[in-house]
Amino acid sequence: MMNYAPDPLHPTAPDAVHAEDLTVVRGPRTVLHHLGFTVPRGQITGLLGPSGCGKSTLMRSIVGTQAKVTGTLDVLGLPAGHPALRSRIGYVTQAPSVYDDLTVRQNLDYFAAILNPGRATAERRHDTERVLADVDLTSHADALAGNLSGGQRSRVSLAVALLGTPELLVLDEPTVGLDPVLRRDLWNLFHALAADRGATLLVSSHVMDEAERCHRLLLMRDGRILADDTPDALRTRTGTDTVEAAFLHLVDEAVAADRTKETTR
Amino acid sequence: MSTTTPTAPAAPTSALNAARTTATAARVLRQLRHDPRTIALMILIPCLMLILLRYVFDASPGTFDNIGASLLGIFPLITMFLVTSIATLRERTSGTLERLLAMPLGKADLIAGYALAFGALAVVQSALATGLAVWLLGLDVTGSPWLLLLVALLDALLGTALGLFVSAFAASEFQAVQFMPAVIFPQLLLCGLFTPRSDMHPVLTAVSDVLPMSYAVDGMNQVLHHTDMTATFVRDVLIVAGCAVLVLALGAATLRRRTA
Repeated sequence: MMNYAPDPLHPTAPDAVHAEDLTVVRGPRTVLHHLGFTVPRGQITGLLGPSGCGKSTLMRSIVGTQAKVTGTLDVLGLPAGHPALRSRIGYVTQAPSVYDDLTVRQNLDYFAAILNPGRATAERRHDTERVLADVDLTSHADALAGNLSGGQRSRVSLAVALLGTPELLVLDEPTVGLDPVLRRDLWNLFHALAADRGATLLVSSHVMDEAERCHRLLLMRDGRILADDTPDALRTRTGTDTVEAAFLHLVDEAVAADRTKETTR
Repeated sequence: MSTTTPTAPAAPTSALNAARTTATAARVLRQLRHDPRTIALMILIPCLMLILLRYVFDASPGTFDNIGASLLGIFPLITMFLVTSIATLRERTSGTLERLLAMPLGKADLIAGYALAFGALAVVQSALATGLAVWLLGLDVTGSPWLLLLVALLDALLGTALGLFVSAFAASEFQAVQFMPAVIFPQLLLCGLFTPRSDMHPVLTAVSDVLPMSYAVDGMNQVLHHTDMTATFVRDVLIVAGCAVLVLALGAATLRRRTA
């Protein structure tokens, strides 16, 4: 078992996320099966796997919006969904969740007020300008969110999550639909957040080339974790050149194992 | 400190946070400001309906007095019901509700914010409609027009509460709009607008006794016919306010931090 630092705010506390026997049921289906893994602090952990494998459900469990979660799931030293975590986690859903009938700045101002109502207006404005610059939307600050392109709207959604410098960022497919330049810029931003602000990032993707940019990888398939390792270790272990090939290798292995289980039954 | 409880303990949603509530109300009003046509429709349609009604009953001003006063209570209820049910449905489907509930926002803050924003709008709407009816269309009120306004405001809050509540049961805008006839029309028929409630089939009279709109309309008629606040008026006002609070609480229960 893990030992937790007595002060949950202490930056040297161990793992950002720690799961044991984590199971999630949605309707008649079990979406996540007895997962056990850890997400270390101050690093970028990639959550990869085909769509429908349970990535979003796992992320929703971590931020505490998923119902019917059993097992152990500790986030920043507290059980997932603890009220004290709400201001310490930034969460970006797959579909941009912003108000289309507000401008970008009005969206940010509102969420900043919800996050930290006690803060001085000048300080909040400074925060808003910072996140606008982070996602490169300063020039669109006064445009209605509904009039922006899909990629711009998802960046507004990301900017909201960056407000108030959260310790843990949970980003569900943040780079979908972005052009290569923006994708590179965002990954540079993610690395800066981890390196300079000590933030922990959990980023999901189904694009395997993004996996190479992560410090650690959680490979998922059918609600189970296939591998939990660094990209290098994965490639070495499977004797492949790319994470994509490593993933396919592991999937084939798992499928073969499933088959032998079925035939011996 | 850390235990291995699978699910979070019941969130000790802090009591109302004034700053978060006003920020939410300001945000809702700001959203409406980007939609001037909706504001115009909300404000103007009740006025136009009253003008229409006045000249439909051109020959019988007494009828206009009765129906006009009732409608001053019914309009805010219907408009706020529609606006709130659609607005909260959009909040649910766009993912902003999930985002807000993952942030340090109390459910009470969100609901109070909506009630405050739409309440403010209802004050403007009712003030214009009441002013128009009393001073330009010759609606004959024995009591104070301020009391008419008070009832109208409570009706608006009731409409907001009902809208918030039913939005939890609507999966799309199509369904949300259909809740209007389902929730509002029966009350409209039974509230005593068309015929006194005592003249209805006893079963319907009993049903109308438990529908809040009956008391909203009755309250308006009390102001119409009496110079000062009658005991019945006070009862009516308390019932409408009580219903609004009750339904708001039910609405709060439909906002879930954790969803499947």
